[in-house]
Amino acid sequence: MKKLLDCNKGEEVKVVKLNAEYDLKQRFISFGIMKNAKIKVLEQAPRKKTIEIKVGKMRIALRAEEAQMIEVEEV
Amino acid sequence: MITEKKVCPITENHIKVALVGQPNVGKSMLINSVSNAHLHVGNFSGVTVDKTEVLFDYKDYHFTVVDLPGTYAFTEYTIEERVTHNYLCAEDYDIIINVVDSTNLEKNLQLTAELLTMSKKIVIALNMSDEAQKEGIELDAEYISELLNVPCVKVSAAEKTGIEELIDTVLEVYERPKRDPKLVFSEAVEEEITNIVSYLEKHKYKAVNSYRNIAINLLKENKKTYAKLHDDPIWIELQPILIEASKHIEIHHDTDDIKEAFAEEYASFNRGIVTEVVKKKTELKEIKTMTEKIDNILIHPIFGIPIFLFLMWGLFQLTFVLGAVPMDWIDAFFGWMGDAVGATITNDEVRSLVVDGLISGVGAVILFVPNIIILFIGIALLESTGYMSRVAFLLDGFFHKFGLHGQSFIPLVTGFGCSIPAYMSARILKNDRDRLLTLFIISFMSCGARLPVYVLFAGAFFSESIAGNVLFIIYISGAVLGLIAAKILKMTAFKGADEPFVMEMPKYRLPSVKLVWHTVLSKTLMYLKKAGTFIAGATILIWFLSNYPHNVELEKEYAQKIEKAQTDKEKIVLQNKLAGMNLEDSYLGRIGQFSEPVFEPLGLDWKMAVALEAGIAAKEVIVSTLGVLYSLGESVDESNTSLRDAISKNISFASAVAFIIIIIVYLPCFAASIVFTREAGGIKYFFYLLAFTSLAAYGLAFLGYHLALAFSY
Repeated sequence: MKKLLDCNKGEEVKVVKLNAEYDLKQRFISFGIMKNAKIKVLEQAPRKKTIEIKVGKMRIALRAEEAQMIEVEEV
Repeated sequence: MITEKKVCPITENHIKVALVGQPNVGKSMLINSVSNAHLHVGNFSGVTVDKTEVLFDYKDYHFTVVDLPGTYAFTEYTIEERVTHNYLCAEDYDIIINVVDSTNLEKNLQLTAELLTMSKKIVIALNMSDEAQKEGIELDAEYISELLNVPCVKVSAAEKTGIEELIDTVLEVYERPKRDPKLVFSEAVEEEITNIVSYLEKHKYKAVNSYRNIAINLLKENKKTYAKLHDDPIWIELQPILIEASKHIEIHHDTDDIKEAFAEEYASFNRGIVTEVVKKKTELKEIKTMTEKIDNILIHPIFGIPIFLFLMWGLFQLTFVLGAVPMDWIDAFFGWMGDAVGATITNDEVRSLVVDGLISGVGAVILFVPNIIILFIGIALLESTGYMSRVAFLLDGFFHKFGLHGQSFIPLVTGFGCSIPAYMSARILKNDRDRLLTLFIISFMSCGARLPVYVLFAGAFFSESIAGNVLFIIYISGAVLGLIAAKILKMTAFKGADEPFVMEMPKYRLPSVKLVWHTVLSKTLMYLKKAGTFIAGATILIWFLSNYPHNVELEKEYAQKIEKAQTDKEKIVLQNKLAGMNLEDSYLGRIGQFSEPVFEPLGLDWKMAVALEAGIAAKEVIVSTLGVLYSLGESVDESNTSLRDAISKNISFASAVAFIIIIIVYLPCFAASIVFTREAGGIKYFFYLLAFTSLAAYGLAFLGYHLALAFSY
C-alpha cells in the first residue's frame, strides 16, 4: 500500500487508512487528516525528514514517521 | 465598539461567556475589540497556559468573557486543549461564542460540530469576514444560522465590524430558551438516534436535554451522559441497544473507533454546509497565494536555514546589544539608589541589609526586564506572523535526532544570553514532554553571566593568542554536552515513543501591534510579580549567608590596623584580608569548608567550593567571590591581572578544568532555577534538575580532572 511518505512533491492523493494508535489518530483527525480526505504534498525538508502537506485549506507539517502511518491512494 | 457604562455588579445580570475556537482564528484579537478599553485583564493560570478573563459592561449586563486557549478538537493532546476541554466540560458558564475563520469554514466547523453536541447555548462568530471578502469568499450568515439553527454573526476583529451585533446576539440568545442545534448525520447514525429516542420516549425518561441530544452523546460515548443513565433502571434495556448501535456505526464507517466515525460524520456534514453557504466569486484558479510565495523562500531547502539563522542573529543582537543600554541605566540607577538610601541609614547592619541585600536583589531582578521585553517582542512577532511553525519545520530533522523538537532551538539559543528568558520562551513548545526535555538542557548553554569566569580562567592558563579559541571550545562543549544530555534523558527519564510531530503551518499574517504589546506586557508583569518576589528573597538569603556571623573582635582588630596603616595601598590590602577572613568565617564560608571533602576528589579546595556555591545565587558573583577569597578586594573583574596571576599560581590546571566543567553543567543561578520550576510546573522538577545537573557536573568534572592530570604528566 502506498504511504504518504512515498509521495513526491506536488502529488495529490486521497487518504485510505490511518495506521496510528488512538491519540495520534485523534490528532490526525482533528487536523482533517481522515479517510477520504484529499492531501497535496507541498514541500519536503532535506532527506524527507519533515514534509509539508495541504489538507483542504490547511497546511500541516509532519515528520517522516507520521507520514509513514498514513495510507493513501492516487486520486 | 462597546461603550462603557458602569453598572452595579451585584444587582445586574451577569453573563459568563466562554470564547472558543481553533488556533489562529483571531480569538484574542476579537476579545480585544469586544472589550475595547478592557477594564480588567487578569491571568489566572494553569501550569503554563493561561485563560484570560475580560470584564465589561453593556446594556445593563455585566459580561465576563473567558478567552480559552485555541483547540482543534475535543482532544487532550496539548496543554491548551486540556485547559479548554476541562473548562468547557466542568466549569460554569452561560454561553459559548465559537469563533471561526471565515476563510476556512470547513475545517473550523469540525470543532463547532463537537460544541453543538454539548447542549449549551452557543453563538458563532464568523471572524475574518474582511479577509474572506478579499479572497472572494462569500458567506451567507443567515443561511448558516438557519441550517445549523444556531445564530451566526459576521465579524472582523481586525476591522472591528460586527462586534456590537455579536454582543446583541449573545444577549438575545442568553434571554431566550435554549434551542437544539441541527446536526444531520448519515442514515446509519440517524437510524440509531431514532431508535434510542423512541426508546427514551417510550419510557418517558426525564431529562433537561432533548432526547436527540442524549442519543447523540450516548452514541459518541460521552462519559457524563453514560454516568447519568447508568444509574437509571432503563439502563438494563438501553445497554443492548447501544451495543448494537455502535456496532452498526462502526461497520458503516469501517473502523473500530467511534470517535473516528463521528469525525467522519461531522466532516461530511460540514462539507454539505460549506457547499450550501459558501459562494466563491472568483473561480478556483491555481494561483499561488501570498503564503505559498513566502514559503517558497522561507522554507526553501537550501536558503531556508541561512535566512532563519540571520533572523535569529538579528534578534539576539537586538536583545543583548540594545538591551544593554537600559540595563546600564537600571544598574546605575540602583547603584545610585543604594548610595542615596545608604547615606540616610546610620545603623551598619540595617544599611547593609537594605543596600546590599534588598536594593541590589531587587535591582538584579529588574535588570533583566529590558532583555525579556525585547526578546518577547521578537518571539511574539515570529509567532504571530506564522514564521515560528516554519522554524520547527526546518530544524526538526536535526533536533529530532537528539530527542528534541524543531522549536527547541529558540529557547536553547536564548540560553546563551540568559537562562531566564530561555526558560520562559520554552513555552512555544506545545507538547509537555518536548518542553520539559528542552527545559532540562537549557542551562547547558552557557549564559552571559558565566562568560567572565571563562575569560578569567582561559586567560590564566593559556596565552592570549589562543585564549579566544579556548573560550569558543568551552561554549561549544557546553552545547554538545547539552545535546548529549538530551539524548541520554530521552533514552532514560523521558523514555517512550517519540512524541508525534503534526503541526499546522498557519497563513502568514501581519502582526497586530496591540496584541503583541498585550502579550509582552502580560509576560513581563508575570516575571516581575512571581519571579521578582522569589529572586529578591533569595538574594537576601545569600547576602545573609555571606555576611553573618560577624566576628566583632576580628573587625575591631583590623579596624585598628587599617587606621595605623601608612599608605592607601596597605589599607586596601588589609581591608581585603578582612573581607576574605569574614567570608571564610561566614555561614557561606563554613558551608564551603564543610563541603570541601566532597570537592576534594575533583581537586577543588574550599575557596573554589565557596565560589561555586555563591555562583548558585548568581553566576556573576563567582569572579568577585574568588577575588575576595584570594584577598584582592571585592571589585575585581575578569580583566584583573592580579587575580589571574593568583589563580594560575594557586590552582592547578587539572583543578581549573574540573572547575570550568562544573560551571558549564551545574545548576543555573537561583533566579533561573525559580523560573525553571515555574515553567516546568512543580517543585519536584527543581529537585530533578538539581540531581541531574549535580550528578552530571560531578561525574564530568571528576573525569575531566583525572584526564587533565594524566595529560599534564
